[in-house]
Amino acid sequence: MKVKVKYFASMRDRMGKGDEELELQEGATIADLWQAVSQEVLPENTLVAVNMEYTDLSHPLKEGDEVAFFPPVTGG
Amino acid sequence: MKIVVQEGLFDPWAEVAAYQRDHLPAGKHGGTVVFVGTMRDFNDGYEGIRAMFLEHYPGMTERHLEKVCQDAMERWDVLDCMVVHRVGEIRPDEPIVLVAVWSEHRAMAFDACRFIINDLKSRAPFWKREATPQGERWVEHNTQDPNAA
Repeated sequence: MKVKVKYFASMRDRMGKGDEELELQEGATIADLWQAVSQEVLPENTLVAVNMEYTDLSHPLKEGDEVAFFPPVTGG
Repeated sequence: MKIVVQEGLFDPWAEVAAYQRDHLPAGKHGGTVVFVGTMRDFNDGYEGIRAMFLEHYPGMTERHLEKVCQDAMERWDVLDCMVVHRVGEIRPDEPIVLVAVWSEHRAMAFDACRFIINDLKSRAPFWKREATPQGERWVEHNTQDPNAA
C-alpha cells in the first residue's frame, strides 16, 4: 500500500525533505514506517498524526493515509 | 465561530470590533475576553531577536483550532469565539495570535479563552524559527504557563 509522509520544522531539517511517498506492507504501523525511512531512533518527544489527527506509533496504516512527524509545537 | 490562519499582519482590535458588529446577536453578550499574543525581541535567554518565521501544517492546524473552539463552546456556555493566527515572517511588536470569546457573563468567557489559548500553545501544529544575533534556531518548547489548565 502507498502512504504519504510529511515532516515539519526541525524534523524536516533532520530528514532533508518535507514529504515523500512510500510503499509499505499491508498492516504496517507508524513505527514500521519510521523504520523504513530512518536508521535513527525516533526522538522521544516527536508527535505523529494520521490524516491530520494526533495518534501514536502503534496506529495501523491504510492505503492513501497521510502520516506526519513533527517536534513539539510552539505556536501562539 | 471564525478561525483564520493568515500570513498578513492584522489589527486584533479591529478584528474583534468587526466580528462583534457583524456576527454577534444584538443585546445578548455581557462579556468579551480577548487574548492577544505579541512577538517579543527576547526569548529563552536570547536577546535582540530580529524576526521569526512561523510554520504550520496547513489543513491540520485549521481543523485542530475548529475542534478546540467547538469543545470550548460545548464545555462553557459561551456565545461565540474567534481565533486568528499568523504564519510566515513576524517581527517584534506584531501580533501573532488573537483569541476572543463572547458570553453572557464574564466567568465563562475567561475560562473558555484560557482553555483555547492553552490548547493552541500545546497542541496546534505551529512551529517558530527565530532569527537571533547568533543565527537561526527552532524554538523547542513554549514557555510553561504556571496556571495552564
